[in-house]
Amino acid sequence: MPIGNIISVLIFLPLVGALITMLLRSESQIKWAALITTSVTFVLSLGLLWGFDPSLGTGTGPQMAEVYSSWFPDAFDIKYYVGVDGLNVLLILLTTLLGPILVLSSWTYIKKAPRGYYTLMLILQTGITGVFCSYDVFLFYIFFELTLIPMYFIIGIWGGEDRIYAAVKFVLYTLVGSLLMLVGILYLGNAAGDAVNGGVFTTDWYKIVQYNPDASTQTWLFFLFAFSFAIKVPLFPLHTWLPDAHVQAPSGGSVVLAGVLLKMGTYGLVRFCLPFFPYASQKYAMLIAILAVIGVIYGALVSRVQPDAKKLVAYSSVSHLGFVVLGIFAFTTEAMQGAMIQMINHGISTGALFLILGMMYERRHTRMMDDFGGIAKSVPILTFFMVFSVLASAGLPGLNGFVGEFLILVGSFKSDVIGNPFLIAAATTGVILAAVYLLWMLHKTFFGPITNEANRTMVDLNWREIGLLAPLAVLMLVLGLAPSKFLQMSEASTESIIQIVDSKISAMTEFESGEPVAVGALSIDSDQQ
Amino acid sequence: MNIDSLVLLAIALPLMGAAFNGLVGLFAPGYRSNKTLIGTLGTLCVAIPFAIGVLLFIQFDHDAHITRAFTWMSAGDFTADFGYRVDQLSLLMMLIVTGVGALIHIYSIGYMRDDPGFWKFFAYLNLFIFAMLNLVLGDNLLVLFLGWEGVGLCSYLLIGFWFTDLKNSEAANKAFIVNRIGDFAFLLAMFILFKDLGSLDFDVILAGGASLAPATINWVVFLLFIGATGKSAQIPLFVWLPDAMAGPTPVSALIHAATMVTSGLYLLARMSSLVLLAPGVMTFIAIIGALTAIMAATIAITQNDIKRVLAYSTVSQLGFMFMAAGVGAFFVAIFHVMTHAFFKGCLFLGSGSVIHGMHEVEHQLEEEGHEVHLDPQDMRTMGGLRKYMPATSITYLISTLAIAGFPLMSGFFSKDEILFKAFEYGYSGNGYAWFVWVVGIITALLTAFYMMRSYVLTFRGKERWPNADRIHPHESPASMTGPLWALAVLAIVGGFLGLPGVIAHGDLNWIHHWLGAPYGGPVAEAVVAEHEASFIVVEWILLILGGVIALVGLGYAWRVYNRDGIEFDQKLAIDFRGLYTTWANKYYWDEGYDKAVVKPVLGLARRVMDPFDRYIVDGLVNGLGSMVRAFSSLFKYLQTGVVQNYAVAILFGVVLLLGLIIFG
Repeated sequence: MPIGNIISVLIFLPLVGALITMLLRSESQIKWAALITTSVTFVLSLGLLWGFDPSLGTGTGPQMAEVYSSWFPDAFDIKYYVGVDGLNVLLILLTTLLGPILVLSSWTYIKKAPRGYYTLMLILQTGITGVFCSYDVFLFYIFFELTLIPMYFIIGIWGGEDRIYAAVKFVLYTLVGSLLMLVGILYLGNAAGDAVNGGVFTTDWYKIVQYNPDASTQTWLFFLFAFSFAIKVPLFPLHTWLPDAHVQAPSGGSVVLAGVLLKMGTYGLVRFCLPFFPYASQKYAMLIAILAVIGVIYGALVSRVQPDAKKLVAYSSVSHLGFVVLGIFAFTTEAMQGAMIQMINHGISTGALFLILGMMYERRHTRMMDDFGGIAKSVPILTFFMVFSVLASAGLPGLNGFVGEFLILVGSFKSDVIGNPFLIAAATTGVILAAVYLLWMLHKTFFGPITNEANRTMVDLNWREIGLLAPLAVLMLVLGLAPSKFLQMSEASTESIIQIVDSKISAMTEFESGEPVAVGALSIDSDQQ
Repeated sequence: MNIDSLVLLAIALPLMGAAFNGLVGLFAPGYRSNKTLIGTLGTLCVAIPFAIGVLLFIQFDHDAHITRAFTWMSAGDFTADFGYRVDQLSLLMMLIVTGVGALIHIYSIGYMRDDPGFWKFFAYLNLFIFAMLNLVLGDNLLVLFLGWEGVGLCSYLLIGFWFTDLKNSEAANKAFIVNRIGDFAFLLAMFILFKDLGSLDFDVILAGGASLAPATINWVVFLLFIGATGKSAQIPLFVWLPDAMAGPTPVSALIHAATMVTSGLYLLARMSSLVLLAPGVMTFIAIIGALTAIMAATIAITQNDIKRVLAYSTVSQLGFMFMAAGVGAFFVAIFHVMTHAFFKGCLFLGSGSVIHGMHEVEHQLEEEGHEVHLDPQDMRTMGGLRKYMPATSITYLISTLAIAGFPLMSGFFSKDEILFKAFEYGYSGNGYAWFVWVVGIITALLTAFYMMRSYVLTFRGKERWPNADRIHPHESPASMTGPLWALAVLAIVGGFLGLPGVIAHGDLNWIHHWLGAPYGGPVAEAVVAEHEASFIVVEWILLILGGVIALVGLGYAWRVYNRDGIEFDQKLAIDFRGLYTTWANKYYWDEGYDKAVVKPVLGLARRVMDPFDRYIVDGLVNGLGSMVRAFSSLFKYLQTGVVQNYAVAILFGVVLLLGLIIFG
């Protein structure tokens, strides 16, 4: 363990910060405390880059792992088990990076009850970081649920006109999914415990992954998990909570939602669904891929006809995350690597889009594109960042979005599981459609003559705002032109996942003849410790 | 300096120029007024790469040189590097791009001087050169694609340069989206190639191409060609180019005539050995090229906006280039790319000079207090400009003669070579090539006619703007006329780089020797039947026929438009009635697309999908929601202890389920 309990520090430092902000009285003290906490967390998280060994896959166990098993009664093998590997390292970094950016973006935006807002934001960061770091499914579940509560209040208190409706919808939707997953976890813990843990209930990722349920068990467990994650992603047709949540959430809430919260769904698919239920994952991959592609096209087309810029970007998330899900279920390294990097890319570029829309809202108190028009003339710097983010989001080569989309599509095309040329061609139309709706937004909002006098006097970005967008713009460029360093970080781990899937499927006897049966414990990796 | 660093410097300089002028201009508004500095910097960032290109050209010793900067992306079996290839084809393209590019940068210093977006304009132009260099120098399809989409972006930014006019922004969107449709096909071609060959490097593709299944080759070539129809404005994706004339005129010259729009031809030439393996698709390419050429030429006859005449002319000339590619004469296509860059670049810059002058007329009229709206691009309000703008007039005339194929001018040789290759290919037993040849001859006649029409209407006859007796324009400054002269000279002599086979048995066809695979170059060509000795008579006849066609078209237009002026258009309209209306309405492509694609798709999204999302998908959820409506009253009082309720509920549920499963 080279750098102490860094993972736990990353998870709980924001929570400590939350306790501090809760005690502070003046608004500026609260803001500074939140900014310092998140900045320190971010700086510490850079230690991951230094300590992380990208050559190790997932099969050999997490790096910088911390295990405390005394947490739960001995009758249950439920542990506090956290660490990093290639699957989560970049997502953790994205979470910590967005921390200070979110605080800065809310600096003047949040006028109502700042103490509650910043406290909840910090708690939320703890929850999200915990989700990504957990190697115990039960712990994962607790963090997964923990993110729900602060997000609910952030939408419900600091949101727009219909905030209550959106908040309740968000909670109900997610709760339905996660409760189903809980049922799955409990069953799985019990069954895996019987199969590989001497009868002791276990939620240890490394133990469960060695358990290979029979086909029918896999199938319904897969759907319990996949359903929950699909809601979170969100996968068509489970997406309708998202536009409402995004539109109603305050700017910071939207950024965190698009930036990292949705990735809990796609991450969960990679981390749990695929290695736990490989047979079912492959068997139903085509179904999910078709839903993903429908999402790509449907999200894009619905996006194009929204009069509300924030809703437009919200639907674009449905479209973009369809690509990510497609890549996950292609079962090729190229596509899954594309999906991994696309999670980061989408977080950065859509995060930036929501930040900018928030800045526009702060100035004009409207999200409707008709209320704008021609503002490129009055706010050139804001326009520059918007056009830049739009191009990244539309997948222009040289910026980040292209890398993920291309790898996903090129890897899906060669996939034996979902590589139907017509399906992938249909997904590729998303590239055209992304240009259609995003350029439409630019056209309506930024170009043309100024028709509303209020837009003539709109104030351009200040240095705080430039400062929080600039790092994202730089990242779009770096991830677009030199993504190989980042891709390397996850490559060994995605290959492990694919290897686990392959070996578990081939371990199922009589696979060719139809109904496979479980073989119980198996060694998932030749070099496993 | 070694070759590697020279190549990388040539590519990096325009990017650095774009970043510097763009970012400093954006964040430090004071910088924007240093127009001399901005313009000089921008021009140098293109002129130096041109000098590097010349240096590389002199040093070149027949072997492709590959420079690898760094790995772009790699995942699983997929790897693509930022690799650049210097060979005969990419060097020639690089010289055209940076050479014509540098001239147009110089021209822009004068043309854009009074524009408040001067800094932005130069940033975009430099960015364009950067993207274009990636396109022509890239060593794999992915880097080519980076350039391909990059030039599309710059095209978008520059068409919408004067964004306060909503029309310009619309034209910009149209260009980007239509190009994206082509890019979609391009992407699919790359997916297929990677799946079957495991790499997108040119060496792998061209060496492994022959091992692919014929159906695969057909698909790849077909999809790449569809990509090319987007960028190079062919049927069915040409509709964006005429609208792209909304951009400043130097942009039309550089991007929408000389360089970007020819990248489809570059792609086919680069892939030539693969294209030759798909004879069925080649037929398709040639026929699309021929139909585009004649369609655009007929539209050009009816246009009154000087830039639109040139735009349709460009579409038509690109059609000629695709004819060449479709009969397997890729080096001839590149030859025409080059000569076209000279004469069409000159014509567009000339039109820019004219527009500059007509703006002056407009200003003078305004100063005199006249309330006339003068469209400075409408030839109907021009006439007689040669008196006031002699340099513009002469260079425009030279280029008109060149594009029409006036004997011994550059277009004469390149167009004749295309027609000859079509003839030769038909003679070798490929029936479709005869069709292409016939259409080519007719189009050549039309080209001579409509180009001379535009010259006469603009520069000869009586002045047709109001108060022409008192008000008249002046010649443009030297920074604008200088590039005009340079391009005009090239438009005269450029053809001597590709003298036809009848002269010295083709030994003086430099461009064939430079590019052609038979001489060790990278551009493959179709095999044609051996000629009998008597074939040389046919060759001479064809060469003379080409010259006669040009003279007839030019001479007829000269006579009738000098005699009748714009009135002659009315005669045409009456004589050709239905046809003329179809031409003037551009064969109703835009209306057709609007009815067949845009409206239905948007309607589907607006009337079906959006309500479906709101009422059906969401309705189910809300139905579920209303069941808990009573329960939700709790949620109204958000801050009154609901956290505890919620936590208790979860805890209760967890315990219950745990109990059920473990003890149940």
